[in-house]
Amino acid sequence: MTLLDHVPSEAQLRRSAYRRRQTVYSVLVAASSTAALGTLLVIAVTGAPGWDRVRLSFLDPQIARDALPTVLSGLWLNVRLLVCCAVGALLLGLVIAVLRTLRGPVFFPVRALAAGYTYTFRGLPLIIVLYLLTLGVPGLRLQGMPPVLVLGGIALVLTYGGYLAEVFRAGIESVHSSQLAAARSLGLTYRQTMRHVVLPQAVRRVAPPLLNDVVALQKDVGLVSLAGPIDAVRAAQIATAQTFNYTPYVVAGVLFVLLAIPLIAVTDWVTLRSARRQSGG
Amino acid sequence: MALLRCRGLRKEFGGHVVLDHLDLTVAEHQVVAVIGTSGSGKSTLLRCVNLLDELDDGTIELDGEDISDPRVDPDRVRRRIGMVFQAYNLFPHLSVLDNITLAPRRVHRRGRAEAEAQARELLDRVGLGAKADAYPDRLSGGQQQRVAIVRALANSPRLMLLDEVTSALDPELVGEVLAMIRDLKADGMTMVLATHEMGFAREVADEVCFLDAGRVVESGPPEQVLGEPTQPRTRQFLRRIIEAGRL
Repeated sequence: MTLLDHVPSEAQLRRSAYRRRQTVYSVLVAASSTAALGTLLVIAVTGAPGWDRVRLSFLDPQIARDALPTVLSGLWLNVRLLVCCAVGALLLGLVIAVLRTLRGPVFFPVRALAAGYTYTFRGLPLIIVLYLLTLGVPGLRLQGMPPVLVLGGIALVLTYGGYLAEVFRAGIESVHSSQLAAARSLGLTYRQTMRHVVLPQAVRRVAPPLLNDVVALQKDVGLVSLAGPIDAVRAAQIATAQTFNYTPYVVAGVLFVLLAIPLIAVTDWVTLRSARRQSGG
Repeated sequence: MALLRCRGLRKEFGGHVVLDHLDLTVAEHQVVAVIGTSGSGKSTLLRCVNLLDELDDGTIELDGEDISDPRVDPDRVRRRIGMVFQAYNLFPHLSVLDNITLAPRRVHRRGRAEAEAQARELLDRVGLGAKADAYPDRLSGGQQQRVAIVRALANSPRLMLLDEVTSALDPELVGEVLAMIRDLKADGMTMVLATHEMGFAREVADEVCFLDAGRVVESGPPEQVLGEPTQPRTRQFLRRIIEAGRL
């Protein structure tokens, strides 16, 4: 008998009918509880004694329209900086993580430097790194000094590279030693084993936390404005100072969330996929 | 001439002696079955021969060359030895074909087309031609282990080390893997197999070595070691195996 010929039993029909009723009931409960909570929130916020003044100073549509072009051009700086810094920090993190796994006495100084780097830059506040690079380095008055924006980008790459290196290292260490034994037993060298067996598995495994750090970086790239360049938040601050109205901040906030949504969605998708892979899919 | 000659092997793990002055000689085209309880040193012996574990004493010669000399490049030695593990150890991120061609392409510098043609031929011969593009997690345990054997064979090794290759398999899948080893013996492959399959050891092995506490307690033709053991430890071990219904 094939699957298609199967006639469900009386008991199975009763079970299916019961499950269908339960599903409808659950949807109804979810809808009504959501509606109740939403109504409560709207009443609580709009009914607050200061609501009218808050609405005027934070949600003014005219000011939002006026501020949008400058905030958007600031956001464009965020986006460009994010792409460059994310690529740079991922590469730096991967290199540092691999250097930390090298064995043998020759590599001791390399290992020590890599370890020292991750300790230093994970401990050092980003703002201090930014000030040191964007204000301190130009103070040396060397020839061919890169612009402040590049120096700020370097500060971001250095700081985030430290975090990402540790994420990569965790991934490398999570690959079971039996995989190394299998690769080495085939005659692959240590480098070939890393390149073809360990790293591909490690990177796949830590893709979700790596992307999560990129989402965090997206918000921190704006800190370069401390050194002069105008990002979205700084543009909103300038607009606010001109109108004494906080609406531009809300505009910038909304734009940041919109920018983050695709990245977060990709992170969730990658997480889900790797979870499915591990359960044997 | 002996292909593999182990003399006075000693290996400790944290003060616990796993191999204790162990001697083992394997002639070319010979199949040696290493039997013994869990923890008797079977796996450690194979890992030491493949230079995956470092010896604490003794020498290992392969083709007359002292491979336990620290000046010898272990990667060069391992290219001549194929190893198959109890848990298959296939690379989960690579397809069956890529698992098999990895070493021929990266270690032996063969072209992709040549390596893949050889891999497909080997897969066809063991009836796994249709699985070339599948990923390991889509295969049964028996199929994975056969792919692992093919992966080791693709290096054209002089010696195969098989470490309890059927211990992780469901009983109905053991046969297909054993059949493959039988074919290898017919082709004249030199093999050392650590195994719990006494019936198979009796059938396929030229010599059986009973290991206990890191020493070879008794060795000889399978009829003798498995049929008329002279050592009390061997008798005790075989009695337990018979009680468990495995012989």
